[in-house]
This record gives sequence, C-alpha cells and structure tokens, in this order.
Amino acid sequence: MVKILEGIGCPYCGCSCDDVRVVVSDDGKKILEVENACAIGTEIFLQATNHERITRPRLRQPDGSFSEISYEEAIDFAAKAILNAKKPLMYGFGSTTCEAQRAAAQLMEIGCGILDNCASICHGPSLMAFFDNGHPTCTLGEVKNRADVILYWGANPVHAHPRHMSRYAIYPLGFFKGNGFTERTVIVVDPRKTDTAGVADYHLQIKQGHDYDLLNAFRMVLYGYESDIPEMVAGIPKQSILEVSKILKGAKFGVCFFGMGLTHTDGRNHNVDIAISLMRDLNAVSKWSIMAMRGHFNIAGPNRVWCWTYGFPYCVDLTKGDYAHMNPGETSTIDLASRDEIDLFINIGTDAAAHFPIDAVKKLKKHTWITIDPNVSMAAEIADLHIPVGISGVEVPGIVYRMDNVPIQYRKVIDMPEGMLSDEEVLTGIANRLEELILEKAKICSPDSSEPISLESVICT
Amino acid sequence: MISQRTLTMITHRSIEEGIAMEKGKQSREYFDACSVIEMNDLDMLRMGIEEDSPVRVVSECGEVVVTAIIGIQELPPGMCHIRQGVWANQIVPIRTQSTGVPQYSGFPVTVTPAPELQVRSARDLICESVGMWREDGENS
Ligand code: SF4
Repeated sequence: MVKILEGIGCPYCGCSCDDVRVVVSDDGKKILEVENACAIGTEIFLQATNHERITRPRLRQPDGSFSEISYEEAIDFAAKAILNAKKPLMYGFGSTTCEAQRAAAQLMEIGCGILDNCASICHGPSLMAFFDNGHPTCTLGEVKNRADVILYWGANPVHAHPRHMSRYAIYPLGFFKGNGFTERTVIVVDPRKTDTAGVADYHLQIKQGHDYDLLNAFRMVLYGYESDIPEMVAGIPKQSILEVSKILKGAKFGVCFFGMGLTHTDGRNHNVDIAISLMRDLNAVSKWSIMAMRGHFNIAGPNRVWCWTYGFPYCVDLTKGDYAHMNPGETSTIDLASRDEIDLFINIGTDAAAHFPIDAVKKLKKHTWITIDPNVSMAAEIADLHIPVGISGVEVPGIVYRMDNVPIQYRKVIDMPEGMLSDEEVLTGIANRLEELILEKAKICSPDSSEPISLESVICT
Repeated sequence: MISQRTLTMITHRSIEEGIAMEKGKQSREYFDACSVIEMNDLDMLRMGIEEDSPVRVVSECGEVVVTAIIGIQELPPGMCHIRQGVWANQIVPIRTQSTGVPQYSGFPVTVTPAPELQVRSARDLICESVGMWREDGENS
C-alpha cells in the first residue's frame, strides 16, 4: 500500500508551502506523486528519489579523481583542515535546517572561523537596511487576510516564488478579503515586462538601477512637494507617479514585497533603506508593511539562529576567539574571497561554484575546498572533499523559517539512503573531532601541565 | 548595421532555471535554461544577431559565449538578461559596494555575433576556470 503524507513542507523557496501532499511507495523508498506544490517544488521531491545518489564521502586524489572514503575519515579530514587553517570560512545553509545551522555555529566557534550564509549575496543589504532604518513588517497570514494593495518592487514571484501570489498575496480568499483578487490592487515596479507585471493593475517600467529616484519621488508626493517633481523620474511619467501615490495613500493595508531588483543593483542597502522610509511616511496616513522576498528554502533560518547566538545575522567573524563581529564588505564571503583572505572554504547547502562570480570561485579554489551537500553540484564537482548528506526537508526533519520569519516544523517524507548522515550529524561529528585534536595538541605543547586542560583555554591560541 | 553596442546586463531567476537546477547542473535542461541571453528584438535586429545563434558577451571582468534569444519576458531596448547561474557568473563583476553582494545586475556588456563559437557546458566553464580542465574531456 502506498503511503499518503499530508501537510508536508516544500524545501525549495522562501514561501515554505506546508500544504504539500506526497505519495510514497509502499517500501517507503520512492516518491511517486506530489500534489499542491508548484512545478519547481514538485521537481525537487521527484528528483530526490529519481536518480543515483552519491551516498558516501569522496576525497580528491593526486591524479584528480575522486575516491570513496568513510564518514569517519571525511570527518577527520575536515577537522584537521579546520585546525590547520588560519581563516576558515563556512558558507551557504540555504538548504539546511536550523538544527544544522546551530551545529555549524558551534563548530566554527571552536574552529575560530567565519560563518556566512547566502543572505550575503542576496538579501544581506536588506538586513543592513533593517539595522539602519527598522523593519515594519507582518506575517504572510496577515497579508492573506487583510491586504488590499500589494506592491512588488524588483521581485518576480511568478518565476522565483511561484505560489506566493496564489497562496498569500493576491488570489487567496482572506478573512477580511473574502473575494480574493477582486478586492486587491497589484502594483509592480520592474524594468522588464515580467510575467508578474503581466498580472498587475499597474506596471511601472522603471529605468534599471534608478529605484532610489522613484522611491524618493513617492516620498516627495507624500511630503507635499509634488510640484517640484520633474515630468519624468526614472523613466516613469509624473502623472503615473501621482496616480500610484494616491493608491498607496488610500490603502487600508498595503504590503511592499521587494526582491533582488533592489539589492543586486547600484545602491544595494540604500535602496531598501529608502523603501522602508517610504513605508514609514505612508504609515502616517494609512497602514503599510514591507517584506523581503527571501529566496531559497531556509535562507532566513541562519539569520535567526545566529542572531540569537551572536547578535549578528550573517558575515559572523569568530576568528577573534572570544567575541563575534560582523562587517559586510570586510567579513562577507565575496569580499574575503576577492582579497584572498580565506585559506579553507566549506560550502554547505548551496552551490557557491555556480552562484558566485567566477573570480570569487577562482580565489577560493586556490585553497582547500570542502562541500557538504546531497547533490553533485558544481561545488561538489570541484571540491577536494565532498560529503553527501540527507536532503533537508525531505529526508531530514527540522525547523525552517519562512520568508516572514515564521518558524515551521518540517517533517521527514522518506528515509535517507542506508548509512548516510544528516548535515547536523556531520557538523557535530567534525566539532567533536576538532575538540579532540585541539586538546591533543595542547597536551603535546605543555606535557608537564598537571592541571586538566579546558577547551576554552586553548581555543584560537 | 551596428554589430556591437553596450547593453545593460541583469541576471535574475526564472522558473525554467529553478526546475532545471533540481534536475542537476549537468542536465540538458539546465544548459538550455541558463546558457541563453534574452534580448530586445529590435536590439537584435540592429546588432545583426539572429535568434538561436551564439553571441560573445564581454563585461569588464570576463566573457562568455551564450545563445541569443528574444526575451521571453519582454526587455526594453538596451537591456539584456542572462538567467542566474554558471554562464551569467562568468561575467558578473565581483565589486560589492562594501555590502558583500556582487554586481549581479546593472553592469555594462558588449554583445557581438559569434556564429563560429560554441556554447560550453557548465562543468567545462567551471573546471577550466579553476584549473581542473583536461583536454581529453575527462574533467574531474
Ligand atoms: S512556491 Fe516555493 S515553497 Fe511553494 S511549492 Fe513552489 S517552490 Fe515550493
């Protein structure tokens, strides 16, 4: 008899849809059908059991080939690499659970390295703007039940978050919005006529990279300086700006969702900063919230976990040993790579080789590169050591933060292939081994010491 | 006819890329989804670029050969788009404006027809960049 699992969470994008129905074969080994998920979500479940998996770690040999090793050997290799590195960096975590992110924090604390996550190359500037200017936000449930104006700025949910509009923002029938999309006005700001712009009531086809100007123009209208606005701002006629301003002001509950259109282009955090300021101004006359369209699966998770651990969401520098600090531009992965400061790179739950500019990949690959990931990604292909792990959200249960920072408990759908470990188990294993190695080294350095040596006293010395 | 012109490049996600990525970065689907440059049709006409033909895209920090197509999501003249992934990242400038985020969008590129060149696989591009490429094709 096949098993039907209801209320399963999808491990692909920040929407964290937790209403997926999965049909599993009677031996519990194969996913047969997926319902309710979008095309991408369906693919991720089907692919989990559809192809030959690498189930044991692989170590690069002198001739360039990979040879299979045991998990114990892989853990030992990784622990020694961290011990010998001056500035190790662990980066990624988009596809890991919060439990693994906590284990990673513990490991890098012992290893005195740097912890960074994919926010560093996507919504990092948004987090910087939240520090500077606050973050008036809400949950997606509130959007569904109350929102009457939806503003997508530099975001294209049809492609990046396929169920965002149908599950949360535009089409669902909410408690106070019983007629769904007929009661909502949708505004899209994007330089392209994206598929999202295609369903909008208003599409402002902004000139690429001029978001700050347009946001400023809206603020000028709110402050009563509309006569000073030129006839055209950022490629948008003044008339459209005034028309849309009226809708923004008249919203009962508006929500601005913004994406990479603000953070990947000139201005970065300053674009988000002024978007927040616009929300603050709008809140004097109506009610508005703002939310980052967090991209991948549990990408919001490390920000939460490391904030409660260290007070910093990403770019966490633990190399000083007894305190953490964060300074994007200095302790961010791409900047560290471009200055060639890193001598050990651990890629976990992401594919840095495919998603970093190639110049950064070249610099990082000059040194030892370890990849911890279920898939044979590009980062696994070029690694010196590839440790495969169970797929978080499919084979490994755990906590995941949705884009609105609501934690969701993900359940296990199928078992990992026999003998495999989860990323949390691998990270904890490396941390335990590293502890042993550090204490061994301390004993060798001071053989006559009669006092028992504590880990704290020798870390980072 | 101008065969070379500076365009503004943006690199973003697409659903085709999302689905293909789950099939694997070495799959035919990923190659088809991400090794294309989407352009404005008038720009293509002006620049003598035929649909579905290889073009050489050069930025301040590198170059890549991709297949030119008319934007599936319409682009204004002067703008082009390569979906995020291996091909786009061959030309993305590493500069971060001190934020950690490279210049994924809004950087100048030149695009020229290159019918004689071949679009290379994701694995070849990466392996060659990091010095792991072997001519016999046994990249490892
Ligand atoms: S919208 Fe995102 S979370 Fe929801 S099913 Fe699609 S990929 Fe999965």
